[in-house]
Amino acid sequence: MELNTLTLPLDTAITTKLDEAIGWARESSLWPMIFGTACCAIEFMSAAASKYDISRFGAEVVRFSPRQADLLIVAGTITYKQAPVLKQIYDQMSEPKWVISMGACACSGGFYDNYTTMQGIDEIIPVDLYVGGCPPRPEALLDALVTLQNDLRTNKYNPRRHKDFKGKLDHV
Amino acid sequence: MYEQIEVLACGMHALIEEKYKEGFNYLLDITAIDYSEYVQAKESQFAVVYILRDTSFQKTLLIKTYLEDADIESITDIFSGANWLEREVYDQYGINFTNHPNLRRILNHHQFKGHPLRKSYPITQGQLSYAVDDLSDEMNNRLLSKNVVCSLEDGTFSECNKDLMFLNLGPSHPASHGTIRTYVALDGETIEAAVSEIGYLHRGFEKSCENHTYNQIVPYTDRLNYCSAISNNIAFVKTVEEMLGVSLSERAQAIRVMLLELSRIEDHIVCLAAVLVDMGGLTNYWYMYNPREDIYEILSKLTGARLTNSYMRVGGMANDLYEGFGEELKEVIKKVQYGVRETLALIKHNRIFHDRTQNVGILSAEAAINGSVTGPNLRACGIAFDMRKDTPYYGYEKYDFDVVVGSVGDVYDRVMVRFGEIEESIKIIEQVMANLPEGEINVKDAAITLPSKEAVYTTIEGAMNQFKLTFEGVKVPMGEHYSSLEATNGELGFFIVSDGSGTPYKVKVKAPSFTAMSAYPDIIEGSQLADAILTLGSLNIIAGEMDR
Ligand code: SF4
Repeated sequence: MELNTLTLPLDTAITTKLDEAIGWARESSLWPMIFGTACCAIEFMSAAASKYDISRFGAEVVRFSPRQADLLIVAGTITYKQAPVLKQIYDQMSEPKWVISMGACACSGGFYDNYTTMQGIDEIIPVDLYVGGCPPRPEALLDALVTLQNDLRTNKYNPRRHKDFKGKLDHV
Repeated sequence: MYEQIEVLACGMHALIEEKYKEGFNYLLDITAIDYSEYVQAKESQFAVVYILRDTSFQKTLLIKTYLEDADIESITDIFSGANWLEREVYDQYGINFTNHPNLRRILNHHQFKGHPLRKSYPITQGQLSYAVDDLSDEMNNRLLSKNVVCSLEDGTFSECNKDLMFLNLGPSHPASHGTIRTYVALDGETIEAAVSEIGYLHRGFEKSCENHTYNQIVPYTDRLNYCSAISNNIAFVKTVEEMLGVSLSERAQAIRVMLLELSRIEDHIVCLAAVLVDMGGLTNYWYMYNPREDIYEILSKLTGARLTNSYMRVGGMANDLYEGFGEELKEVIKKVQYGVRETLALIKHNRIFHDRTQNVGILSAEAAINGSVTGPNLRACGIAFDMRKDTPYYGYEKYDFDVVVGSVGDVYDRVMVRFGEIEESIKIIEQVMANLPEGEINVKDAAITLPSKEAVYTTIEGAMNQFKLTFEGVKVPMGEHYSSLEATNGELGFFIVSDGSGTPYKVKVKAPSFTAMSAYPDIIEGSQLADAILTLGSLNIIAGEMDR
């Protein structure tokens, strides 16, 4: 059932499955925590500004406190020095939570194959969606957002989550 | 050009002191060179290089000293800006600066072993960090200097004699760009002591340069100051071109000037939009960001990318302007002017804005000079140093524009200087575009620029040439060179050591944000926490360039 397309006459009650109602609510009220460190974060700023306007998708309530957010957008290079910080932020978010890895650096280290750069954030935290590009255009980020929302609507939690992430900082 | 002196390590401190008295009172950069794999045998493995500038801002002096062992006397007693610069050399090369007040790592994490810019360190050898540094000893030393704690006999510190609250601002903090950490001790709302930690975006730019050809480095330079990528491209290729001894056509120079100024506008827009958001003025962000999108639009038509343009090449640029560029640029400029006008209408006579920015976050002119601060942050203190006027390049002397200066060096001045510079940049762009010279954009030299596609496909020389330039890179004559230009954040310089091959032996960036950040803890001590946030925004610290 598509809840968003319904127009309801007064005095109506609708019945639905609880799961679906929750899925619908989640889909349209993602609160992103933006973990922006580098150039990709500047493209996130574009995605939030009026031309691309991320609020069209109900995801504009950007939180800088992980405890209030359910979507982590990692935009930018994650260095070994930064890694424990990212891990801590991720751990502080409460379930259910989703992770978008924005840009080549966050996905794989990008063209920084050297002594400082984590070769992909999935070495330390699980990722749901990877967005390629250096930096990705705002449209690409919005596409990832819409893909995630589609999953949520159909009640699939983390179907795309990267299964064999390495969890390098898990046991310290 | 500049003068270069070589001196023995033992006489180095005295020489710098003497030069300081002679008027070389502005320290640009300190770096080291590891000669262990250099083609020529040198006196010793390490040399340290100091770059100084005199009071007129026109003369540059490079002092080089070979080290017998990896020890040298610190010059932090002469220049406060040397503090972080020396720490970086220590971190990257393992050179020990005696008498340095706080010699510890700065870019790499505290659990890191070894010194990555030594030639013996393998480029891909990463080291995991398991926890961030708690910075407590640095903080205690800071509090000690303010007599808030005392040091005890066993080397630890006493309890604070004030009721302080310790707080981490960043690295994950909305106003710290995700990469800057400042650890503060608060007495109520007032910052009693502050220490900043950087390096969270240290991406190994300088090491990466050592295994890429000169033109392959251009995309890396984009990502130094990613808010104005093209000016980084230009600063880098300008240095290489000077080493090659080539000069560009009038047209190429004019296009570079135009793009430098467009980048300046682009960058100031982000800074101003962000600092006003930090103040709570979100509306300005929409006004400022829309014209930025329009700049992206023409830049992506011109270069193929919105943000990371990689437009310059050694000896010229990727392609000429497209047809109709001039007209579109005019439209964009109008939109920028509109955005600036609307923003200023909201803040210029706004009491809240004035109260929050005036006499807040003051950086004095003396502290700025001694701390190697440059660019708009320096001009806001009332010092009219602008390389475009003092040591013009690319024909800047032909254009009519003013250097915008402030008077106090507070947040207000830094913001207003940037607004003023946008106006001046527009003036320059209009003059460039009004009579853009005709001609080639690339130097015609088969050893430097790629042959035409037609030549590659139809002649054997063309194909060979393309192959050699792509795989081996432009061969730069053996030598060492420092060159810089006035980028958005101030003097952006490159110091390159070439061994004659197509790959640099060493590259060092003189990054304006680095020195601005090193001045930051001193500025905010004694001020309110909320003002510290504004101060940081107004300094326009770009982490990519600061941490490299
Ligand atoms: S992917 Fe590219 S644009 Fe994004 S942070 Fe990395 S280098 Fe910058």
